[in-house]
Order: sequence, then C-alpha cells, then structure tokens
Amino acid sequence: MRRSLLRAVMAVVACSLVLPSLALAGYGDTIDMTTGVTEISRSVHSLHRTIFYICCIIGAGVFAVMFYSIFAHRKSRGAKPATFHESTTVEIIWTIVPFAILIGMAWPAAKVLIKMEDFSGSEMTVKITGYQWRWHYDYLDEDIQFYSQLDAAHNAARQRDSGVELEQFEHYLKEVDNALVLPVGKKIRFLHTAADVIHAWWVPALAVKKDAIPGFINENWAKIDEPGIYRGKCAELCGRDHGFMPVVVRALPQDEYDAWVADKKAEATTAKLDAQREWSHKELVATGEGVYQRNCVGCHQAEGQGIPGMFPAIAGSDVANGSLEKHLETVLHGVGDSPMQAYSTRLNDSELAAVITFQRNAFGNTTGDTIQPSDVRSYRNGQMQSLATDTGYFSNFNVTGAN
Amino acid sequence: MSTAEAHHDDHDHHGPAPGFKRWLYTTNHKDIGTMYLLFSLIMFFVGGAMALVIRAELWTPGLQIVDPMFFNSMTTMHAIVMIFGVVMPAFVGLANWMIPMMLGAPDMALPRLNNWSFWIMPFAFTVMLSTLFMDSGGPAGGWTMYPPLTLQMGDSFAFVVFAIHFLGISSVMGSINIVATIFNMRAPGMTMMKMPLFVWTWLITAYLLIATIPVFAGAVTMLLTDRYFGTSFFSAAGGGDPVMYQHIFWFFGHPEVYILILPAFGIISSIIPTFARKPLFGYDSMVYATASIAFLSFIVWAHHMFTTGMPLAAELFFMFSTMMISVPTGVKVFNWVATMWRGSMTFETPMLFAVGFVVMFTIGGLSGLMLAITPADIQYHDTYFVVAHFHYVLVPGAIFSLMAATYYWMPKWTGNMYDEKLGKIHFWVSTIFVNLLFFPMHFVGLAGMPRRIPDYSLQFADWNAIASIGAFGFGFAQLIFVWVIIKCYRGGEKATDQVWEGADGLEWTVASPAPYHTFETAPEIK
Ligand code: HEC
Ligand SMILES: [Cu+2]
Repeated sequence: MRRSLLRAVMAVVACSLVLPSLALAGYGDTIDMTTGVTEISRSVHSLHRTIFYICCIIGAGVFAVMFYSIFAHRKSRGAKPATFHESTTVEIIWTIVPFAILIGMAWPAAKVLIKMEDFSGSEMTVKITGYQWRWHYDYLDEDIQFYSQLDAAHNAARQRDSGVELEQFEHYLKEVDNALVLPVGKKIRFLHTAADVIHAWWVPALAVKKDAIPGFINENWAKIDEPGIYRGKCAELCGRDHGFMPVVVRALPQDEYDAWVADKKAEATTAKLDAQREWSHKELVATGEGVYQRNCVGCHQAEGQGIPGMFPAIAGSDVANGSLEKHLETVLHGVGDSPMQAYSTRLNDSELAAVITFQRNAFGNTTGDTIQPSDVRSYRNGQMQSLATDTGYFSNFNVTGAN
Repeated sequence: MSTAEAHHDDHDHHGPAPGFKRWLYTTNHKDIGTMYLLFSLIMFFVGGAMALVIRAELWTPGLQIVDPMFFNSMTTMHAIVMIFGVVMPAFVGLANWMIPMMLGAPDMALPRLNNWSFWIMPFAFTVMLSTLFMDSGGPAGGWTMYPPLTLQMGDSFAFVVFAIHFLGISSVMGSINIVATIFNMRAPGMTMMKMPLFVWTWLITAYLLIATIPVFAGAVTMLLTDRYFGTSFFSAAGGGDPVMYQHIFWFFGHPEVYILILPAFGIISSIIPTFARKPLFGYDSMVYATASIAFLSFIVWAHHMFTTGMPLAAELFFMFSTMMISVPTGVKVFNWVATMWRGSMTFETPMLFAVGFVVMFTIGGLSGLMLAITPADIQYHDTYFVVAHFHYVLVPGAIFSLMAATYYWMPKWTGNMYDEKLGKIHFWVSTIFVNLLFFPMHFVGLAGMPRRIPDYSLQFADWNAIASIGAFGFGFAQLIFVWVIIKCYRGGEKATDQVWEGADGLEWTVASPAPYHTFETAPEIK
C-alpha cells in the first residue's frame, strides 16, 4: 500500500514535469518567456520556470486525487457515500503546507526584486519618452536624441485592407526607423516618462518593462551581455495605435558603439548646418525624393497615384498644388484621425522642406515652388506663437522636440 | 412543509398581476430574480458578440475588419458588459431567487428597493451601449479607464460615467437588500453557521460591494471633473497624479474580482455535495476561507501596478499579500476534492459544470499565483498571459458556475426537468472550445504578445487562429444553452420537489415549480 502510493505520487510528479518540459523544449520561443540577455532576465526566467513547475506539481496532485475519486467513487460503480465531513487536522495541514511552499517561493523572488530595483552604479543614462505613438530617445551623456517609430513599410502594410503580403516582413510590426543603440557590458540607466498618455516601454530580452507616465519619471536599468537586436512593444494601452509602437534595441560591442556615437554626432552637425543654409531647387527635389521613398511611398505610392478610396493621390492633389500653408499643415500636423500622421517631429526642417518641394514638383505637379528649411522654421515659429497664447492642457509640457 | 405551501397559489390577490405590469411593478423576489437572470443572459450574447468581433479581427495578422479605435472600444465594452451586465446581475438574480428560499424567508427584506435596483440596470446599459452609436464612439481606453488616455475620449465619456453611477447605485441597493435579508429574515433556528454557503458567500460579497462601489464612483467622478470642470486630480500638469487613479481604481477593482467569484464558490459548494451524496467537507473552514479572501482582497490592489514604479517596500508587501490569497483559495479547492472523496457520485449536467469549474478555476488560480511573483509579473504584465489568467477564472470559472447553477435550480424554477442529453452536449462542447480559446493565450503572452492590440507579429499567428476558432465554437455552443432553457420552460418530465437524490436544503422542500410565494409561515429548523 505504502509502496504503491509512493509510486503513484512519483508518476504524477514525473508526468507534471516531463510533459511541460518536452513542450517547452520543442516550441520554446513561441510558447514561453525568453531567457533574455541580462543577468536579471535570466533570474526572472528561472524564477518563472521554477514557479511554473511548482504549479504543475500542485495542479497535477490535486487533479490526480480528484480524477481518481471521480473514477472510483461513483454511484455507478456501487460506491456508498461516506459520512465524514470535517477534520481539523487535515485543514491545518493543507493550510500550513501551502504556506511553507509560498515562503519557499517568496524568498528567491524577493532577492531578484531587490536586485532589479538597485539602480546604483550606472554608467550611462538614456531618457525614454513615450508619445502617441512613438518613442523619443535622449542620450543624456552624449547630446544625441531622436525619435523611433514603426518602420514605414510596416506602417503601410498594417493599414486596414492594405493588401500587402505580410509574410515578406520577418519581424512584422517589430521594426522601427531608428533603433535604440546601446553598448554591451555597461550598466545603462533608463529614465521613463511620457508626453501625452501612459505608455510602457518593454523589451522582453532585457526583462525591462516600466510605465512611462506623463509628468513623472520612472527609473530602470539593464546590463546587456550579448550584442544583438532585441525587440519589444509598448505594453500599456495608449490609444488608437497602441499596437503599432514597437521598441527595437540594437546592442553593439563598445568600439562599434563608440563609432556609432561619433557618426551620429557628425550627422547632427551636418543637419544643423543644412538647416541654416540656402538649398537649390534641384537639391531639394532630389533629397525630397529620397525622403518620399522612405516615408510616404507605402501609402501615396511610387507614382504618387495613391490608392483610391484609402490614400489620396499626390499627383494632381489639391493640397500639393494649392496653398503652401495647407500643405505644410498637412505634412507637419497630419490629418485628424486619418492614417496621415504628423511628421513635424519625425522629419527635420531640411527633410520637410525637401519632401514638400518634391511633392509640389513631381508626378506631374508643376507649381515650381521651392521651399527652404528656413520656411519650415518660420512656419513652426508662427505655430509656436499661436500655441503660447492657447492655455491648453499640453502647453505646460515641452512636447515639441524640434531639432 | 411543501404541501402547506402549495395551496397559497390559488388566492388571486397573492398571484402575479397580468401582463407587462407584472414585471414592471413586481416586488416578488422570484420575478425579480427571473428578470435579472434573463437580462444577464441577453447581455451575455451582447458581450459575446463583441468578443467575436475581437477574435474575428485577431484571426489572422493584419487589419481586416475594424478600425483600431473601434477595436479598442470593443475590448473596453466587452469587459464592461461581461462584468457589470452579465456576471454581477446573474449572481444577483440567483441571490434573489434562492436566498429567501434557502433561509425560509417569504421574500427579500426590501422588496420595493429590489424592484428599483433591477429596473435601473436596463436603463443604465441602454445609456452605456448608446455611446457606441455616438459620433465620438464608445469608451476605448480599457474598462479600467486610466487617465490621461480616458480623458482624450469625446463627449460620450459623460454618458459612460453616468451609466456607471447608475449601475453602482443598482449594485449597492441590491447588496443592502441582501444583507438586510440575511440578517433579518432567517427562519427560526437558521443560525448563521447553518446557512448554506451560497448565502454566506453572498453576504460577504454584498459587504465587498457596499465598501468598494462608492470608491469606484468617486474615481469616475474625479475623472469627470478633470474632464469638464478643470480639476487636476489625475493630471501632473495641474499637480495631480495619474497613478493615483490606478490606486483608487484597483482599491475597488481587486475586491471586484472577488465579487465576481465568491458567489460562484457558494454555488459549487452547494452542487458538489448534492451529487457526491455526502455533506460538504469543512463547512466552517469554507466560511473562514471566504472571509479571509475578502479581507485579503483589500490589501493586494497594487499587484495590478507592479510596473508603475512603486517603492521596493510596497512591491514586496503587495507580492507577499497577494501570494497569501492562494492559501484560503487552496483550502476551498481541497475541501471540494475532499467532499468528492469517497462519495457516491453521479454526473448530471450541474455536476459536470461544477467539476469543470474546479479544474479550470484551479488552472486560473495557479497562473494567478505565478502573476503574484513580482519579478516575473513584470514580464507577464499587460500580455496575453494575464488575459488567459483572468479569463480562466471568469469564463470556465464564474460563467461555468452560473451555468451549473442554472441547470441545478432550473427544475425548481420551471417545474420541469431540462433535457439532460442536450445539457451534457452543452457542457462538453463548451469545455472543449473554451480551452481552445483561452489556453493558447498563455503561450502567446509568455512569448511576448501584449494585450489590447488589434494586430500582431506573425510568430503569434497560429495560436491566435486556434483561439479564434475556440471563440466561435464557444460562442455558438451557447445557443444550445438557450435552447435547453426554452425547452425546459415549455415542458418536459415533471420535476419532483426534491429534484436531486442528494439535494439538501430548504429550497428543495417546496413544490416544483416553486409557488409564487413560499414560506409565508416560517419553517422550523432543527
Ligand atoms: C500611413 C499612410 C500614409 C503615409 C505613410 C503618408 N500619408 Fe499622406 N495621407 C494619407 C491619407 C490617408 C491622407 C488623406 C487624409 C485625409 O484628408 O483624410 C493623406 C493626405 C496627404 C496629403 C494631402 C493630399 C490631398 O490632396 O488631400 C499630403 C500632401 C500628404 N498626405 C503628404 C504626405 C507626405 C509628405 C508623407 C510622407 C512624409 C505622407 N503623406 C505619408 C496617408 C499617408
Ligand atoms: Cu504606447
């Protein structure tokens, strides 16, 4: 009797562990949490596996007893009901034993949590601001900052009934225009905040998920062990395009990271100079074509013909052939709730000037207009002035990140 | 006793008024109970249709059917309807029908209040659902309505707040009625520790409602004044704090999830002993476990907020207190299994649903324990793993308990046995599809799929397709349920007073169908 009971218990334990383990081994990355690439993410993962197995054993034990009873103690097999209906001893045992198991689980969990919350000794800081619906990264030690949003091709494909073949994208909805580039082997501090509503910056491989709360700053950290590309998503419902604000982290070895920083700084310097100087019409059109290809072609199409009923044509468009003011407004601020989003912070003044000049002089549009970066700048300044007189909700925040 | 009751039926002045007025003016606990139950059945299909819109959109990657904004208002409304329009009213309906009969009372203590608390609901839900047809659309910021997102909503927001206030008034009045009935209307000899567990769990639930609904009402009122009257409770720009809303909301919201499950514990604790033909194991410990769960439910709210950046000490406290809840919950499950142990079981439909409840609720409970572990929760939070968890406790949990209750007491309500074969088919089809629907959500959640998104990466495609098949299967299976109810109402094999061989309790001593008035003279309980 004793032996057979022992054997039954062993069988239950074995089944409850072997089956899930096999499943995890076979389909690991589509059915389970990633192990990740930081010490913390590995601790979290092993904590997750441990409690998962404990739950499996508890569940299997309870179900085994129950199903045995369902099998053996049924009226159709002639079972006569017993009359017992209480036992203080048993109640005490099944209160104390789970309690002990809980303490066994709480202890390692608390240790990991304390480690996660230890922000000391960080070597660099990135401030991450959530916007509807993109991220802004600000390297506080480097004077580098940029926006990061869903890649243009993905953005076009995800429009309703776009008809685009999604299989062509290896990481559908998890690709951005500018990834957050970080060095490996350094303790990086993240500061999280938001400009409009609450977002949450989540990268599973780093086991980092923190709410970005407007008006408040949250702290977090990661020390990445391996170079690679790590993808995540906004995790807190933030409105219409919540599903479309991915996070991509590109972790580089220190020397490559340093090179990237140098590049980025040089780029910024050139961009600054570009925004100040006078451009030729030809140069604007040529640059504008590139900007158009990268940002607008998914919807307005290669020949500017658009997709009837969804995306208007630029060729012959009233806006692209009409008042410049309206064109600037459309591109900088987008159009209401339509898929036409605001580009005021995604593109810099030179890019905006170029793409608008391009649209007004391509696809058969012949306005002959030349829009200089300084025109965009003065349009923005006019806007700022009217904003300042408006005591709206957001005027207390510094929401515009005009470079 | 049962024969003494029956003859009251034919006094006209005791019978129901004819026609629609009967339902509009009724103060009869059975009529009101029936109306609550029918209302929640209708809302179950409304909320279910919304779920099917969601699952249809999520069937394959890409956006095919709805706009993301409409998708968001579907997830929001689905939750509001299912919580406030289905599970809560259904439990109140059962309380109305069964609590007076279980206590040997002639009716609820406050019958006019009872009428009012029901009739507010269809009105409140008409207002709530009408927002879907307004220009600014229905609420789309999640049923939790976190600011600042929720404040971006158009003017239909005011209607939502208004409807919530009315639903709250209805719930609080219903709860006060239940408390008053339990304390004042028990038959002589029906001591507290003799009350059926369904009554006990409802008593405790009623207190949870009375304590938390006003808090929720306060939270949405602050949203309303932030939106329309220039206050800044939840806006940092004016010195407020958006996270404070979350604290207030979850101080209501966490007890709310126990409001949605404690009466289910009561139902299961009635059904298992009946079909095991053996008294409930550990009655006293069941009562104490329910009370401890209710107490603990007030000190765990911030486990919904582990990513908001709380201090370490708070995170540790809420992790430990949350883990503690699994102790009394475990006791309940062990007691049910011990009740089955060495019984003499048969498996009519109510028992099938009850056993299904125990198994699948336990799965949901175990994933809940995993979610309590803060470091792991930071990975699980706001993913489909959470969606899987709370749907396991709410669908094959709360909803299955409601179906079990319906099959269990329907013969008493209608006087006819339901079609056992159809009932069993309903159970098996529901059980298979509900698992197809919710089990894969664990996988995609762990693999990194956030909740509340209308489109997702290709790696999640297979499991989402399976979940959608499960959803449609489960949804259409509920038509069987409706058919069984209609058929049983229309006729069928006559039910005995006792109905079930192992049934025990006052409700089984009155005639089937239960006469319009029962226990006009109180029974004596030994
Ligand atoms: C995601 C799809 C999408 C992308 C990408 C996109 N647009 Fe648009 N665009 C639209 C839609 C839709 C409209 C129509 C908005 C409305 O009026 O409702 C529009 C309208 C316009 C118009 C006005 C056309 C007219 O005649 O009404 C201009 C000009 C324009 N977009 C410029 C751009 C530029 C420049 C870019 C790239 C920097 C761009 N768009 C990228 C979807 C897009
Ligand atoms: Cu977001």
